[in-house]
This record gives sequence, C-alpha cells and structure tokens, in this order.
Amino acid sequence: MKVTLHKSLLCLPALNLQFGAILLSLLALANPAAAEDTIKVGVLHSLSGTMAISETTLKDTMLMLIDEQNKKGGLLGKQLEAVVVDPASNWPLFAEKTRELLTKDKVAAIFGCWTSVSRKSVLPVIEELNGILFYPVQYEGEESSKNVFYTGAAPNQQAIPAVDYLMNDLKIKRWVLAGTDYVYPRTTNKILEAYLKAKGVPAKDIMINYTPFGHSDWQSIVADIKKFGSAGKKTAVVSTINGDANIPFYKELGNQGVSAENIPVIAFSVGEEELSGIDTKPLVGHLAAWNYFMSVDTTKNADFIKKWHDYIKNPKRVTNDPMEAHYIGFNMWVKAVEKAGTTDPDAVQKALIGVEFPNLTGGTAKMLPNHHISKPVLIGEIQDDGQFLTVWQTNKVVDGDAWSDYLPESKVILADWTPPINCGNYNTKTKKCSGQKY
Amino acid sequence: MGLVTQFKRYRSLGILLIGLCLPVLANAQAMFGDVLQTLKQGSMPDKELAITELAETGNPRALIILQALLDGNLFEAKANGQLVIGHEQNQVFSLTDAAGGEPAGNLDRDAISKINLTNKLRTLLRKTVGQLELSAGDPSVRLAAVKAMAKETDGKVLELLQQRLKDEQDKDVKQAIRLVFLLQDTHSDHPKAVRINAIEALKAYNSQEVLNQMKAMVEKDNEGQFLELDPDVRNLAAAALIKINHRLQFYSAIETLFFGLSLGAVLVLAAIGLAITFGVMGVINMAHGELMMLGAYTTYVMQQLMPNNLGMSVILAIPAAFVISALVGIAIERGIIRFLYGRPLETLLATFGVSLFLQQTVRSIFSPLNRSVATPDWMSGSLQINDFLSLTWNRFYILLFCLMVFVALLQILKHTRLGLEVRAVAQNRTMAKAMGIPTARVDAMTFGLGSGIAGVAGVALSQITNVGPNLGQAYIVDSFMVVVFGGVGNLLGTLVAGFTLGIANKFLEPFSGAVLAKIFILVFIILFIQKRPRGLFPQKGRAAEI
Repeated sequence: MKVTLHKSLLCLPALNLQFGAILLSLLALANPAAAEDTIKVGVLHSLSGTMAISETTLKDTMLMLIDEQNKKGGLLGKQLEAVVVDPASNWPLFAEKTRELLTKDKVAAIFGCWTSVSRKSVLPVIEELNGILFYPVQYEGEESSKNVFYTGAAPNQQAIPAVDYLMNDLKIKRWVLAGTDYVYPRTTNKILEAYLKAKGVPAKDIMINYTPFGHSDWQSIVADIKKFGSAGKKTAVVSTINGDANIPFYKELGNQGVSAENIPVIAFSVGEEELSGIDTKPLVGHLAAWNYFMSVDTTKNADFIKKWHDYIKNPKRVTNDPMEAHYIGFNMWVKAVEKAGTTDPDAVQKALIGVEFPNLTGGTAKMLPNHHISKPVLIGEIQDDGQFLTVWQTNKVVDGDAWSDYLPESKVILADWTPPINCGNYNTKTKKCSGQKY
Repeated sequence: MGLVTQFKRYRSLGILLIGLCLPVLANAQAMFGDVLQTLKQGSMPDKELAITELAETGNPRALIILQALLDGNLFEAKANGQLVIGHEQNQVFSLTDAAGGEPAGNLDRDAISKINLTNKLRTLLRKTVGQLELSAGDPSVRLAAVKAMAKETDGKVLELLQQRLKDEQDKDVKQAIRLVFLLQDTHSDHPKAVRINAIEALKAYNSQEVLNQMKAMVEKDNEGQFLELDPDVRNLAAAALIKINHRLQFYSAIETLFFGLSLGAVLVLAAIGLAITFGVMGVINMAHGELMMLGAYTTYVMQQLMPNNLGMSVILAIPAAFVISALVGIAIERGIIRFLYGRPLETLLATFGVSLFLQQTVRSIFSPLNRSVATPDWMSGSLQINDFLSLTWNRFYILLFCLMVFVALLQILKHTRLGLEVRAVAQNRTMAKAMGIPTARVDAMTFGLGSGIAGVAGVALSQITNVGPNLGQAYIVDSFMVVVFGGVGNLLGTLVAGFTLGIANKFLEPFSGAVLAKIFILVFIILFIQKRPRGLFPQKGRAAEI
C-alpha cells in the first residue's frame, strides 16, 4: 500500500511534465509564427486510381529531393516541409487539392500533375491564387501560363526531333501516327502531320489512328499497320499511345510478326518505369524519344541513381524522364528562391527566368522566358533489360517552344513572360496579348 | 556422287587457298581476335564493319558467334572481359568461350554484360547470317535465310541464290528462291517474253512482294504517265493484280472473322461468370472485374513460384485462380450480398465498394505498377498460312479455352446436383426451398461458381493485357453489355451475344476507327434493348418475371 502510494507520488511530476510537453506542442502547432519556420512544398500526384502507376514514383522523387535539400541546410535558413496530397486520378479533385494546398497549407510551390487534363484543371485555380506549379511531363504545348513552369518536353523537344531522326537516319517514307484519343496525341499528331506535309510527305503516306484509353484489342489495327507498311516503302509508327494500352499493342505487333527492323515504333510515352513491369521480349529494338535515359553514362546520373536507390531502398527501381524533370525543376526553384531571397510567388516567378541548372545527361537546362526549359533530345532503342540504348542525340540542348511553328494558328503566337511583352500568348502579327488564358 | 565431286572441288580449292594464304594465316587469326574485340567494345558503326569482316574471315566459329549475337546470347564476362556465349538455365548462365568454343563455366546474370544491338545491326546480322546459313542442313533455316536475303537483292545475293537453287532439294526453299528470280524477271531490262512468263507464273503466289511489284507496274508518275512503258506487260500486270487482290480480300475477310471471334471469346470469358451471378441470381456484382483481376494476379504469383516452367505455370494457374476467386466470391456473398437480396441498388453500391477495396488491396500488396506476366513460347507468334493470312497463337488458344470453359460450365449446370439446385433456385426460390433445397448454401455456391469462372477468365486476360489493379475496370462494362444483350439468365445467349458483338466490332473497326466502333456498338445495344428488353434469348415462364 505504502509502496504504491510512494510510486504514484513519484510519478506525478513526471506525468505533469508530459502533459506540459503535449500542451506546449499543441500551442506551437496553433501558433502561426512557429509554422513559418518551415517552407512548405506541395506535392500533387495521384497515389491511387489509374495514374498511380506513374505518379507515385514522382511523389517519392519529390520527397527525396526535399529530404536532400533539408540535409544541406534547407532553404533561406528554414527547413522544407513536403505537403503530400492525393488527387486520386480524379481531374476535378486536382483543382480542389490545389486550392487546399494554396489557401490552407500556404505552400510556396507545387510540384505535380501528369496528364494534360489534370494540368488544365489546375490552371484556373493556380492562376486565381497566384501559385507556382512545376509540371514535369512531356506534353502537347500550345500553352504558357504565368504560374506554370513546364520542365517536361514541348513537341519540338521530343516529337519533331524523333520524326527527323526517322526521316534522315532510317529513311522512313510512310508514317503511321497512332495515338490514344485525347488532347495530347491529337495535338501532337496535328503538329506532326503539318510537319510531315511541309517536308513533302504525300497525304496517302500518312495514316492516322486513334484508340480509346486502355485499348487492349489491337488485332485489326496492327493488321492494318502491317498492310500499310508492306507496300514497299519503309514505314514507321509514331506512337502517342498512352499508359496501359502500350503493352497489348507491342505484344500484338510481336505476335503478328512485325519486328522493329521492318516497322519500327517510336513512342513518346514509354519510359523505363513503364517497361519495368513487363515482359520486354516483343519490344526489343523499338524506339523511344526522351530527354533523359537511365542508361546515360554520366557521373551526375550515376549519383542520382545511387541516391534514388538509397532513398527508396530498392536497387531494382528505375529512374525516368519525368523524375529528371522534377530534379531540374526543384533545383531551379531552390536557386530562384535563393536569388529572390523570398518565397513570394511574384518574385520567384521573376527570378526563375534565366536560372540555369545542369542536366543529368550533360549540358545545362535553362528556364526560358516562355516558362519552358532547354533540354537535349535522345532517341533510344529498347533493350531486353528494359533499358534504352541511345542511338541518336542532339549535339546541343534544344529550347522548348510553347507554341508550335508548324501549326498555322499558333505560328504567330509567342510566349514571353519578361517585360515588355509579359504575356503567354502574344500575337506577333496583331501585336496583342490575346488574353485567352489557357 | 555429288558429295564426292563437291569434296574434290573444295579440296582443290582448299589446297589452292592454303597455298596462297599460309603466310597470312597467322595474320587472319590476329584479325579474328581484333574483330571480336571490336564487337565487344566498338562503337555501333565499328561493330557494323566487324560483323561483315567476321563473316568474311571464314572462321568456322563466325556463324556461331554471329548467330549468338543475333539471338542476344553473346555476353562479355565482367571480370576478365572474355567474350562468351551464354544460355540461361535456372537463372544461371552456362557459358562457352566465343572464340574457341570451350566451356567457360557458369555465371550469374549480374556478372556478365550483354553485347547490345541496334536495329541497323540486327538487319545486317540477319542478312549476313542468312548468307552463311544458306547451306544449313535444316530446310526451315534455309527458308528463313532465303527470305531474309530476298528483302534486299543485289548481285552477290542473286549469285548465292542461283548456286543454292542448283543443289536445293526442299520444295519450299526452291519455291522461295524461284520467287526471287521471277520477281527479278519482271524488271524492264529483260525481254518481253520473259517478263510476260514471269507475270503469268507470279499470279499464283500469295506474296506481298508480288503484290507490290504488280502495283508498281501499273502505277503512274506525277504527270499521269504510266511508269511501265510496255502496254501488254502493264495490262497483264493489272489483270494479275486484280486476281491477287481478290484473294487478298478473301483472306482479310477470314482474318477479320478470326479477330472478331477472338475478341468475342474474350468478351464471353469475361461475361460468362457474370451471366451466372447476374443472370441466374440477379445480383449486380460490380466487383466482377476485380475477381478477374485476382485470377490474373494468381497467374503472376504462379509464375513467380515456378519461373523455369512458364507454360506449366499458366496451366496450373487455371485451377488455382478458380479456387481463389471462388473463395473470395463466396466470402463476398456470405459477408455482404446475402443481407441485400432483393435490394439491387444497395447491392450495386456495396459491391462497387468491394471492387474499390479489392483494387486498393492489390495495390498495397503488389504495388500500383503493372506486373509482368510472361507468355509461354507456345502462345507467342502466329500460325503463318501465307503472306496475307496469319492467325496469332495466343488468340487462337483463348478462343479454344473460351469454348472449353463454356462447355464445362454447361455440363456442370446440366448434369450435376449443384447445377440442378442452381436452376431450381433461379426458377422459383420459394418452391425450391419448400422442396428442401438449402437455398442459402446454393446461393453461396452459385456465386462462388460465377466468381471462379471470372478468375479463370483472368488467367486468359493476363496473356493479352496488362496485369494491374485496373484490369477489372476495363472489362466490367463490356461484361454487363454482353449479358444484357444476350438475355439475362441464359448462358447460350451470352455466348452468341459475345461473338456477335466481337465480330460486329471488328467488321466496323476498319471503317469507323476503334473509338467510333465502340460507340456504334453501344448505341446499337441501347436501341436493341428498347425493342427487346429481355435480350436475344429471353427466359420464358412466369418464374422469370420476378
């Protein structure tokens, strides 16, 4: 009895202390001044739903980059804090989550989105609340927002060089433009069709084909491609087929006996990550155009891959192009914040233009006045280990062009976010900023 | 006799060669080494040169090395830089030295690096190997060699083929070589009679090259002038073209029919489990697709368990998938659905919840990435009937499998006690209960049967599409469509509906494109249901009116 009493007496002060600590920490949480000790960075990638397959990796990449920056001492003397939200592959939810990140969490910048439709859904919100979004995926162009920085490839940094390679190096004469039926393939193919025609390819040598999302029955289309390609002229398929539909497509090509030597397929959406989960046998020799390959042999890239493996604790995980885009984007943002000395969106947006950061593949990326970056273009052949063997690359970096020069309506449009133009869609003929926002 | 003369010829030639080459022999050996070095480390253009040089060394190992390179079996040992040929066995590579042919031990995949190839090199290799293989013992190898060489004919190729034709015994190989020469004969530098004869002979070939050649002969240039100047030859070519095109159309109709049947088979497989749960029991099971997904993942797990026997693992996956999906199905029925009988809306929402739950579970266990399910060799490639018609094996097997599943299911329903009870409960639940049939247990078994069939369908799907958490969603709408179109509660209706929709879709696709074809089919079904709300084969009798 006595002992117990004694014990509880002894315990009391300790308990009090604990309570105090909890109370204090609660107070600290409620105190806005204390919250400003960190700079918040929003990570807006789908962790569930159809796009989780691609976007989860980018979330991890961002966490790794933020972690690394914190180890270096953070930014402006403060630690960075990642705010991860899950828009669940649901396009309207992207807009809601963006609003939440900007108004509730007050993040300094957002890194996120994959599909064009998710970006388009974020645009009105990010422009209204004047945030900063880094968009890491190759896309169709025809857009430049004051609040978005496009670190993925514009069509002239991926599609056009790819077609040039096929035309000049592989002497391709007939073209199949195959894509999934949505905005990115439609716009890219429109640009490519105009480009091919400008290069003197007759209309009868261009076949355009669209399929629904997740299309899995490719029998007739592959048979058509085979027929189209056996007319005696060298044929290639330029594929903007997206996501899951790719594997059944390549499988069917293999089964129907179409090899990369007869009819090569060049893809813009098939990267290391997509190849890592599949039987690569039917894909060997087919091509992909990107701005980064995991197989590129530079010390910077080796470092990056090692860091990634250490962070994710799995030496089998691959790196890919959008990861590099986030790597460049994040580091550019860090540099710009340091340059501006603040995270104020207007100041950072201004400071970002002209910031340079080395690519993982050699060369230097530069943020251009049109909010796109300069990148090298690489073309690789798929190997059976799911990696790419670079067969061609541009000898210097290519500047991203927001508005394609090959479409008559966008030829005259210019994006330049520096004074005096300060506009994402400036018409060089009428000398007017159209005011059309997205 | 032939052998002896050949030997004599070679011997005299050999003596001559040895006499000429003795001083250079050591040199040739050194060059062989150099070439191998280039293959290992050189740039792509260097490798190109090396391949041609290697073929010309005449070294007996050359063909073996080139073939290994082409097949992706040529490696460099990381430890000592030795060039080796490796074959995988139980995830270990047994190696032989490339240059000498003596065994070089066993190594892990990590200890060797593969000699990479580009398409350009592969094309060159195929041609080079073809030339070396033209006198191979196996007729099918010779045939492949001739076909590879026929793609790009130059003086040297023609000469080699001419020589081969003299000694060739095999009918198919002869035919293939003749085709090359007949095509040559149609060129305008030959006398008219030769050309006309060639066209006459070519008419009978089902060959893409012939078709292209005939097309080229009737083509006009930019000013509207015929490229082929001789009108007789041109007219003959045009006539031949019409004939060949007729056959082409015939074959492509067969091909489209096959495509339609195979798409139909996939639809039937996906829908047939649903035909039981929805058709017979009246449960709207939104998690049906996820039960298929479980079947596909079972295939993946089976392949992980027995990585060295892919074909067997796929076959064993069929019963395994049936059991797993059936168990999950019974759990769903016992845990959720049985409380919701007669309340279709609630069932729909609850099973939709279950489907999300299953998806996320799989995502957590297997990661959101697609899993790699390999296709066994006997299921890849195609049955090549001629240049115009080939049937892919995987589709062929799935069609066969679909029919087998259908027949098996029909037998179960017709000839087993469970089948009898299922039919009884479906027709009149109260009466069946009064007759002493344990309806609750029959419900669970029926749902389990339908779910198990979904799992089996998943095994088939794993061979043609991605195995990922979203696999089921892609098929759920199609499955309901087939069941509703076929007539709720009728298995034969499901079969007919599946094949009808598959074939209709494939015949529409060339005209309308894949997106519109899908829309047309959907509109057609909606209109059809307006006219015949109970589907193609409505169930008759009062009991079905509930």
